[in-house]
Amino acid sequence: MRLAILHTRLRVEERLLADALTARGVTPDLIDLRQVMFDIERPEHWPDYDVVLDRSVSLTASLTTNRVLEHFGVRCINPADAIEICSDKLRTSMALVGAGIPTPRVTVATDPDAAMTAIEAIGYPAVLKPTVGSWGRLLARVNDRDAAEAIVEHRATLGSVNHHVFYVQEHVDKPGRDIRVFVVGGEPIAAIVRTSAHWVTNTARGAKAAGLTIDHALADICRRAARCVNADVVAIDNLECPRRGYLVSELNHSMEFRNSIDTSGVDIPGIVADHAIRIARERANSRPGRIIEPVVRTSDAALAGATR
Amino acid sequence: MSAPTPTATSQPITSPCPECEGPVRFDRPPLAGQVARCTDCGVELEVTSTSPLTLALAPEVEEDWGE
Repeated sequence: MRLAILHTRLRVEERLLADALTARGVTPDLIDLRQVMFDIERPEHWPDYDVVLDRSVSLTASLTTNRVLEHFGVRCINPADAIEICSDKLRTSMALVGAGIPTPRVTVATDPDAAMTAIEAIGYPAVLKPTVGSWGRLLARVNDRDAAEAIVEHRATLGSVNHHVFYVQEHVDKPGRDIRVFVVGGEPIAAIVRTSAHWVTNTARGAKAAGLTIDHALADICRRAARCVNADVVAIDNLECPRRGYLVSELNHSMEFRNSIDTSGVDIPGIVADHAIRIARERANSRPGRIIEPVVRTSDAALAGATR
Repeated sequence: MSAPTPTATSQPITSPCPECEGPVRFDRPPLAGQVARCTDCGVELEVTSTSPLTLALAPEVEEDWGE
């Protein structure tokens, strides 16, 4: 069995994943995408990998690479289609709405005047987000028309063309926190709550994290969300709406988890490694002339500990 | 840039920070591409070579970086 971890920088997460795989008897190749060139007519050694685990910090590198590897017939975690949806907030929202999964209301426009109409259709306060972005960057809560006009004009004038898509989301009056659920192989395995006095509750923006037991309603909504984007490994951000209950806000396809292992008490890299190895074994066993290896399922004990 | 401090395998491996020349310590053998932070000046670094061990300033965060 051959497995690779693709990266653009080796963070703590990538080392934890490599360690977890190695401890399970599968030493991964660590491949720096900055040094890779593909000839799309020559797959070369790439089809020898039973699974590649994409951990690039760059969305552009992830998407490009996984598209090429899938063209070569390589199984990627996550699949390129899943990355494409999860990385784009508009596509995520549409996937959730299409699957009937509760999510904050969204309007969208591509013109500044239409953006004002989109904002006022949501009502104040509203949240403007770049459709592609992470770590809570460039989020704006607009409380009135004056603020909305300023943000829209700044984006139209100063932003790249990507910022000329005005994605407007309902502001959910959450109780000072959001809930991140880690889903691997379709099953919720761990959750943390992120609490902040600021309305943005990303840990990258200073929010404090604590463990949380996943209840049935949360587990159900997260299973459905992961399924609707066909993601193997995903971190799902949920808001608690006083009126509508859990709302899925975002899905993160290349999740960071170093600070969530102790907080949740769950061996997140170990469970991701188990999932990758299971898929790799299934792929390896389906190839002609391969020795059949036993397929090990994700640790039932770990799952039982995360879900109540 | 001076060579990293040679150490026994059980000892931390150190290399000078290219920004402030303070010692950057690795408790495990570093890997190429690994990121680290200088505890003296706080700058983010990347391992560009493991033999010999060399460090460079890590690339700036780009717009499409994230989870």
